[in-house]
Amino acid sequence: MNNAKKHIVLETKNLTIGYQQKKVKKIIASDVNISVEKGKFVALIGKNGIGKSTLIRTVSKVQHQLSGTVFLNKKELSTYTNKELATNLSLVLTERLPESQLTVFELIALGRQPYTNWVDKLSENDLKKINKAIQLTEVGHLKESRFYELSDGQLQRVLIARALAQDTDVIILDEPTAHLDMHHTFKIFQLLKNLVDTTQKTIIISTHQINLAIEIVDELIIMNSNEVINGDKNELIAQNKLENLFPEEILTFNKKLQQFTISKNN
Amino acid sequence: MSLHKTYTKQFILLLILVVILFFLNISFGSVSIPFKDIFAVFIGDETIKESWQTIILNFRLPKAITAMLVGSGLSISGLLMQTLFRNPLAGPFVLGISSGASLGVALLILGTSFFGSFTFLTYTNWSIAIASSLGSFLVLSAVIFAANKVRNTMSILIIGLMFGSFTAAIISVLSYFSEAQQIQQYVFWSFGSLGNLSWDELSIFILIYLLGFAGVFAIIKPLNSFLLGEKYAKSLGINIKQSRIIILVITSLLTGVITAFSGPIAFIGLAVPHIAKLIFTTSNHKILIPATAITGAIVLLICDIIAQVPTSEYTLPINAITSLFGAPVVIWLLIRKKKLYV
Repeated sequence: MNNAKKHIVLETKNLTIGYQQKKVKKIIASDVNISVEKGKFVALIGKNGIGKSTLIRTVSKVQHQLSGTVFLNKKELSTYTNKELATNLSLVLTERLPESQLTVFELIALGRQPYTNWVDKLSENDLKKINKAIQLTEVGHLKESRFYELSDGQLQRVLIARALAQDTDVIILDEPTAHLDMHHTFKIFQLLKNLVDTTQKTIIISTHQINLAIEIVDELIIMNSNEVINGDKNELIAQNKLENLFPEEILTFNKKLQQFTISKNN
Repeated sequence: MSLHKTYTKQFILLLILVVILFFLNISFGSVSIPFKDIFAVFIGDETIKESWQTIILNFRLPKAITAMLVGSGLSISGLLMQTLFRNPLAGPFVLGISSGASLGVALLILGTSFFGSFTFLTYTNWSIAIASSLGSFLVLSAVIFAANKVRNTMSILIIGLMFGSFTAAIISVLSYFSEAQQIQQYVFWSFGSLGNLSWDELSIFILIYLLGFAGVFAIIKPLNSFLLGEKYAKSLGINIKQSRIIILVITSLLTGVITAFSGPIAFIGLAVPHIAKLIFTTSNHKILIPATAITGAIVLLICDIIAQVPTSEYTLPINAITSLFGAPVVIWLLIRKKKLYV
């Protein structure tokens, strides 16, 4: 690989992820070496329980790695302070928000916290970023609504707007389409693709919408039980890297269609 | 955070209400004093009856100020706890502060049966305040120590409740072995009281109160970020553990000093933040903190006026009034609005 002219924003070196319980290490995945370029739309895929969330938590410093290193913008992740990290990496999580009376605008504005002063006063620049985020995610008409009044699809767009307002190079989304129907799932993928194209940010999602991901994203991170690989989706397909994602007898990867299909002999 | 709404109207109305209630509060009591004479005393008119001057300056004025401090302090503490635990049912006493204070006072008053020879202290305001502070401080240190050990914020809530049950049990045991007279004294303390504070005591009260209140404004930002949950707060650059400890320390400072001087006053801390949230319909702490403080002052001034039973010579225990008056209000609010927010 020729890394010289590529702008790598996120990279892991010999990363081992998992949990440390007292003196026992529970290793989820080891020798994880992935690198993600600036301005790419990346999907992290793998079956349930393989460790996608653990990997996401580790590269976003929510959880410590067991060994190895994570680099964010060429700097070791462990050397980032919370505040510094907040200006480089933003998150969209799956957990429900606590019940409060926040309006959509206020929720998105919270994305500016790493930049605001001690009483959270919004500067001209903060407002510009917030309005830009609102415009890009097309949630302007919802600005005054309370977030609990929104549909799941609308709320997801608002949470993405909040991450955008945080103005970071990398945005990581944990299963952003988990509660959405086909139509809204597609719209979220489309929105994220557009954001990558217009803002040159790097967006990494974990998802179970594999067929859709293969169609839309630029790169894949594939988590199998024995290895974690990443790269351009077409290269990975050519190398037959998707074949082992699921047990073969039910779902198989159809290379011609570039989709997973139900096994014929089932 | 929000640019669109201004809350000036609500704030002005509430402030006017505070002023009116403040004078009403001073005017009511076993002796009714007309407004114009209260003003006259305030501006130093010496022609007013001397007994009235004494009543106003040495009894009712400190009591009205105490009522406002207790009301706003407990309410803010409740707001902080509701936001920290993201639980609308949290109040200032979930951390076991009141149980700690009760334990301290119980040991002082009831403990004589056990450690008779040690209780050289008499039951002055000061000795009770000290016993109560020591008690809250000890229980709170234990809770903060535990808070540092556990990751989950909800566990702190449960630990606080456990400390509450534990101290309640000790107090039961103490009461079982105590004389009726001592039990009565303890029960009187637990009724709560806003009066009886001299200016000396009040100035210490005000000092600690201001210290806590100033701290609250320093944590507006973490409080707002907690509205998204701890994971988002952390991803916004907030130091969760540090903010948590600051919130706990401020709450304990405010509730600790209030309980020390006025007894365990129930309900205000839980209910008032919800009243403020309903009036101001916001979750932004920049608005909610002053709003809750003013609403708290208003509610306790009203409760104290009711406790005076105007035109009679009786004074009812403030702790009973806050719940008698407050519980129906919250039930009514819930039925009308159907929802409580963090």
